[in-house]
Amino acid sequence: MEEFLTLIVSKVNYWAYVILMMIGFYAMIGKRNLVKKLIGMNIFQTAIILMFVSAGVKHGGKIPILNKYEVLKHGVDATQVVNPLPHVLMLTAIVVSVSITGVALAILLRIYREYGTLEEDEILEKLGK
Amino acid sequence: MSASNLHVYVMAVPLLTAFFVNLLGRVSNSWVAPLVCGSLSISSVAALVLMGRVIASGGFSYTVGNWTPPFGIELVVDHLSALMLVLISVVALFASISALKSVEQELPGREHLFFTLFLILVAGLMGLVLTGDAFNLYVLLEITSITTYGLIAMGKGRAPLASFNYIIMGSIGACFYLLGVGYLYLMTGTLNMADIARILPTIDGAAAVATAFAFMLVGLWVKMALFPLHGWLPNAYSLAPTGASLIVAPLMTKVSIYLMIRVMFSIFSIDYLFLQHPQVQSGIVWVAALAIVSASALALAQKDLKRMLTYIIIAEVGYMVGGVWLANGTGMTGAVLHIVNDALMTLCLFLAAAAIYYRSGSLEFNSLQGIYRKMPITMAAFTVGAFAMIGVPPTAGFFSKWYLILGGIEAGHWEYVVALLFSSLVNAVLFFRIIEIGYFYKDGEHHGHETLNEAPLLMQAPLVISAVALIVIGLGSGPLVETIIKLAVPVGF
Repeated sequence: MEEFLTLIVSKVNYWAYVILMMIGFYAMIGKRNLVKKLIGMNIFQTAIILMFVSAGVKHGGKIPILNKYEVLKHGVDATQVVNPLPHVLMLTAIVVSVSITGVALAILLRIYREYGTLEEDEILEKLGK
Repeated sequence: MSASNLHVYVMAVPLLTAFFVNLLGRVSNSWVAPLVCGSLSISSVAALVLMGRVIASGGFSYTVGNWTPPFGIELVVDHLSALMLVLISVVALFASISALKSVEQELPGREHLFFTLFLILVAGLMGLVLTGDAFNLYVLLEITSITTYGLIAMGKGRAPLASFNYIIMGSIGACFYLLGVGYLYLMTGTLNMADIARILPTIDGAAAVATAFAFMLVGLWVKMALFPLHGWLPNAYSLAPTGASLIVAPLMTKVSIYLMIRVMFSIFSIDYLFLQHPQVQSGIVWVAALAIVSASALALAQKDLKRMLTYIIIAEVGYMVGGVWLANGTGMTGAVLHIVNDALMTLCLFLAAAAIYYRSGSLEFNSLQGIYRKMPITMAAFTVGAFAMIGVPPTAGFFSKWYLILGGIEAGHWEYVVALLFSSLVNAVLFFRIIEIGYFYKDGEHHGHETLNEAPLLMQAPLVISAVALIVIGLGSGPLVETIIKLAVPVGF
């Protein structure tokens, strides 16, 4: 039991991301409302973004903005600064996520104009007629 | 135009032209056709020249903006990616010529919007083929997906709903892939594929690496619609505008299979994939065999030509995944050759479907009665495509299927061999049913006066050329395998 608790406490960021991801996954698969599905997709993507960003964190690390002349003279102590690469990657991932959300919202608008509802069950009922 | 940057131009020309199509297309629609066809012709020629260079002097890698890998993004040009570049640009060129007519009919006044997305999609596919960076691959994967969502949603009726389902499934796939990249990054600290491959054998942490591999593989399987994960594909591809399915159907699944090969052999090693976990390897071949059988059976139940073709695409995905995972050189050669052949067969059949739809407005089997007398040239080309899909020699489909079956026998995976033969038989039933309806049944409504009503020349020309290409590539598959595919197969086979 104690081992399990240390596992949770020492890797709390990964547990948080897994829980968030499962919430998002459930919403994408389980919910019948199309907007809720879309929000689930956003939660899913945000969970992955959190995973990446938290991976770059170092205990007591400073922001990775360095004085060029200092670095040239003394070099970089990698333990003193946070790893900036995951953050930069996630900027791109956020852009991707925003554009997918935009496209999906535009498509939802068309679906709403066509069927007058965003509930999957009602749309399928209308299609069945 | 410096020759060493040729591959960058192949990709950049459609990407830049996309913006001109959007701007000038607003002024006048007459700009669209020359810009689209011109840019794709330039890409095709450049890709062919590049292919010649790679055959003559071997592959090379290129660093964008002189940032040396592993820090910068690396573009890798080898035999396989050069072959895929030629395939993508040529298929896109043929598809665009036919799409010009069908878009004019289905989406009047929105040609410039359609072809903006079309060209960005082509550029994204080319980028996917070239990139040597795992994260860059994710970004390009999403560029192609987003443009595809837009193209599909331009269709009529239920198309937006199908597109939304595709968004949900496609995002799950892409996010899984990203998670896999994340795990690999945590373990190795790098994103360059060659660099990851160099570091992976030196670290321990088998569980994390296996999780990463599983996530990446499942993510790509969702994108390529391997059987149990195929739910989004039939609706999305059959409800899309005809012009969109012309480009999406032949290329998207095939490029995803290329990506699977890239991830498997550029990041992980043959030793890791096939020797350390033999039960995983044979399990995946079983899944592929199941995919082939189930998708073929589902295709039998369809009553619409385009929907039937989408299920055949899903079965073909099973062919290629199985071929790659057979873990021998023959199967791998068959899979790579089948990527080329299947893209061309699918293109030929969808071009024929587009031509029929352009004239008759329907692809239901009932409305195909007497079609052979109304559109003889279109249907002749369709028959060649159908024979290739069944695997009748000397069409291209026969030779890749032959390699796949030989690979299956060599590996002792009889279930895969049986599935391939079953699927060929089902394809024969499917296509002979259409030939029967089209050739022997009389059109019920206009009995007696079936008039010749061929599709316009712009739709016929690419169709006939692709049908001829199927036979030419079939007859030339010996040299093709010897000069290109033998060298494209990952080292070690």
